[in-house]
Amino acid sequence: MKYPVAVSVNGRAYRREVEARTLLVDFLRDHLGLFGTHVGCETSQCGACLVTLDGLTLKACTRLAVQADGAQVTTLEGLLVDGNLHPVQSALLKECALTCGFCASGVVLAAKECLERKPVAGEDEVRRSLEGVFCRCTGYQPIVDAVRSLAAAPVRDLRDGATAEL
Amino acid sequence: MLPAFEYRSPLSVEEALELLAKYREDVKVLAGGHSLIPAMKQGEVCPKVLLDLRRMAGLSAIDPFEDGGLRIGALVTHRDLEISELARGRSPLLAEVASQVGDAQVRNFGTLVGSVCQADPASDYPAALLALEAQVVVASPRGERSVPVEGFIQGAFETALEPDELVLAIDVPRSWARTAAYVRVRHVASGFALAGVAAQILVEDGRIASARIGVTGVAERAFRLAVIEEQLLGREPLPGAFAEMIRGVALGREILSDGAASAEYRSHLADVCTARALRKAISRIGV
Ligand SMILES: Cc1cc2nc3c(=O)[nH]c(=O)nc-3n(C[C@H](O)[C@H](O)[C@H](O)COP(=O)(O)OP(=O)(O)OC[C@H]3O[C@@H](n4cnc5c(N)ncnc54)[C@H](O)[C@@H]3O)c2cc1C
Ligand code: FES
Ligand code: FES
Repeated sequence: MKYPVAVSVNGRAYRREVEARTLLVDFLRDHLGLFGTHVGCETSQCGACLVTLDGLTLKACTRLAVQADGAQVTTLEGLLVDGNLHPVQSALLKECALTCGFCASGVVLAAKECLERKPVAGEDEVRRSLEGVFCRCTGYQPIVDAVRSLAAAPVRDLRDGATAEL
Repeated sequence: MLPAFEYRSPLSVEEALELLAKYREDVKVLAGGHSLIPAMKQGEVCPKVLLDLRRMAGLSAIDPFEDGGLRIGALVTHRDLEISELARGRSPLLAEVASQVGDAQVRNFGTLVGSVCQADPASDYPAALLALEAQVVVASPRGERSVPVEGFIQGAFETALEPDELVLAIDVPRSWARTAAYVRVRHVASGFALAGVAAQILVEDGRIASARIGVTGVAERAFRLAVIEEQLLGREPLPGAFAEMIRGVALGREILSDGAASAEYRSHLADVCTARALRKAISRIGV
């Protein structure tokens, strides 16, 4: 049996029919072709599958696509505005905080949520907000440094059109 | 891929109870999904029907009782509890626990009620819910009943919930000021509690007039430290004064033992967390 799912992803409306067992992360990748959201552990540990759902970061391997019916989703792709990187992405680039980049989906969205909640987040707060994302190559210090380098930036600079739901 | 199942998202409690009565053991309630979906992936549970609560009205609220207590609806998340002014003001202990559960994403979507229904022996809340003497509000075709958390959680992953019952909320009685604290030691990988202790004390005229201490993570289900609660009565709340009575608080129970912590080590952690939780609670007197 298939269920209708109407969802807005990165500001664009999609309507699809899916089986109830389809995970949101598989829906985004296999049904919508958005591969910026990665599949790592598939067990809610690593954060590679992070998206923002109605303004809250979510491990998309831990939600069914049917549960996202009616929701607004932002994926890593949605952070690009006119081809420009999001400030969090630029900061990570500047600090050489990503090596293979597999964890970027998680790191970028978790860091963005952290700074939106606490524009002047301290080191402890940044580390706490990154607890749900694992980076297997860079190590966390450059990531924390990159996020901290933005901690004083005005909030509005961290927002963008694609995340209007925030 | 998960085995196939049917998905239902009722709009009302009545509709949900009808579905539960119809499908009984074949149906699983879905709240935040942060225990259930991982368990389904592991094949630990294999429901034929999922009953998603997310469209049901009235379950997302934290409601104040006139006497100072709180009703926490079945869809209230860890994050809601962590940031709610009402919860922080009236039950700082619960908000303190909520802020320590899992990671930011788990807190964004996981719920207090889901955690209690999951009855994971390593979950953080039960220590505080026992110390707060919280009640679980359960609905069924037979009406509503309130069950103390202490009786609701019956063992590891076991609760007193019947197949046709739904938890609507958790009621937390008026808590005594801010002299409470939760201290735990985390499993390095999972982040769950190897041992976690919630302590709440009431000080009157410079003496401890009442104490409640709950311990989680150590045995198959959380327990109260009734003997120590008793011994604390009438004592002066001085930091670090009770070391002599906090020796082997978990002894006499079947203590969990696994690759992360032997029974002996968990028992030691229970003592350490108890001492720290009391000290922290005492440090908050008058704050
Ligand atoms: C990566 C990760 C780390 C975590 N770390 C911690 C931690 O450090 N400490 C901790 O305590 N927990 C931790 N958890 C568990 C987390 O707190 C879960 O959110 C919580 O245990 C379940 O809440 P839920 O809303 O997601 O429930 P669900 O997964 O939706 O449901 C859990 C169970 O309760 C039942 N249920 C839910 N609601 C009701 C209801 N209203 N009536 C009847 N039955 C119901 C479901 O059928 C299911 O059996 C972690 C989870 C993950 C994925
Ligand atoms: S793939 Fe979802 S948390 Fe790892
Ligand atoms: S850069 Fe490779 S996992 Fe983080």
